[in-house]
This record gives sequence, C-alpha cells and structure tokens, in this order.
Amino acid sequence: MTIVLNHRMTEYPGERLTVAELLRAMNFTFPLIVIKVNGRLVRREEYAEALVRDGDQVEAIHLISGG
Amino acid sequence: MAIDMPISEIRLRLASRRVGIAGCGGLGSNCAVALARSGVGTLVVVDFDTVSEENLNRQYFFREHIGRKKVAALVDVIRRIDPRVKVEGHEVRLDPRQVLRIFAGCEVIVEAFDRADMKQMIAETVLAGLPDAWLVIGSGLAGFGANAALHTRRTGRLFICGDEELEVSDAHPPLAPRVGIVAAMQANQVLEILLDESRLPAE
Repeated sequence: MTIVLNHRMTEYPGERLTVAELLRAMNFTFPLIVIKVNGRLVRREEYAEALVRDGDQVEAIHLISGG
Repeated sequence: MAIDMPISEIRLRLASRRVGIAGCGGLGSNCAVALARSGVGTLVVVDFDTVSEENLNRQYFFREHIGRKKVAALVDVIRRIDPRVKVEGHEVRLDPRQVLRIFAGCEVIVEAFDRADMKQMIAETVLAGLPDAWLVIGSGLAGFGANAALHTRRTGRLFICGDEELEVSDAHPPLAPRVGIVAAMQANQVLEILLDESRLPAE
C-alpha cells in the first residue's frame, strides 16, 4: 500500500496496518508523538486498533522537550 | 506573501482578541511579551512554577522576580510594557480538564511547555476537545546555531514551530537566542492567524 506520510509518498507491504504497526515500520522510536490520519487525531489508546489503509494521509508530529 | 496592513488597523483588529499561553517559561514569557507589544487585547497565561535564577538565561523575567510565581511575574512585566493589555493569570498545573476549562473562548492557544509529554497532552486535548481553536506548538529549540533548521509547518489547525529534532539535554541546553526565535515564530504565527485567517498558507 502507498500512504502519504508527512507529505511524502511512502510504500508499505500489505493492504493495511494499525497505527502501532506503522510506527514500528517507520522506526519511530520517539516516545512522544501526535498522529493524525486523514486529518483526524488518533489518540495513544487507539494506536493498536486504528487502521491505516492505501491512500491515507498520515501526519506524525514529534514532540521535542524544551521551552 | 506578506499581508498589507498599517499598524493602526493591526492594533484595532488585535484589541478584541483573546489568546491562551500554556506555560510561562522560555517560550511562553517571550511569546506573551511579543503578543502584548503587538496589541493583543487579552492574554490567558497559565503556569504553576516559580521564577528561579537559572530561568533568567532565556525567560522574560528580571532578578526582582526570583521566588515569585511566573504567572504573577509575567502579569507584572506586561503591565509595565502596556497596561491596556488584559492578562488573565491562572496558577495551576494544566491537565486535560483544566485545558478545556481555561482555554475555552481562546481563538488561538500557544503551547509553551518544556516537557514533551505535556506538549503531547495539550495537542491531543485541543485537537479532540476544542476543534475551533488554533494551536501553535514549539517543538525543538535546544542548543545554539542552526538557524536554517528552524521552521514552521501546518497540519489543519495545528502549527509546529522549531527544528522538530533536538531535545533539551546537558549537551544541548535551552538558550535565549534559539528559544527566543521559536517564541517569536509562535507569536508571528498567532498574528497571521488572527489578522488574516483567509490568507493563511495552505497545509
């Protein structure tokens, strides 16, 4: 499947992934992140169930300490 | 593209606006002062912390404020700059319930926490619970140099300002210039939202 991740076309094997699987596939080890799929917020509690499918727009925003 | 607008119209438009500032440290104190100087009518500022000597390397406070609550110190600073600006101070530690209660009615909320878990908390709370509000986050401002790495990007009603990369650590402390740049980028983004939402850059 092809998704648009942070405005870049990105390929992943399979028809769909959960957000948790996608984060692992992206090697996103950042503990603190905000995920939006097609403009909708996906909360941390939903990562294991929320699905990402072919053509979806995914935004991953890393939250970096400091202020 | 820069928007044409004389100072008289800018001040007229900003005088009736209300902006929330979540955290009054390096980002929050500098951002609040920039917005006050620009003429934003009401600032809702929130923090639980006290000014300490180490804060003075980047936060908009003075030696006389050491030991005082940051909210009270910021109210004092802004009053001395422009007493027409109404500053609503809340000395609380923000949680999702308080975010929804205190910032309801703010058109724009500036995230100005230092801890990444608090940044995540307010992002999730505002995106889910205050769908009409704009949120401007600061993420990645540690160390010095690397001007060109600092940027602003948009996703929906969320703006992210910073390098989105460098965590604060012993090797990368927060310093006045880079913290101040990101705070000013946040304030600049707030003005763009408040003054001409119809011409904001696309996502």
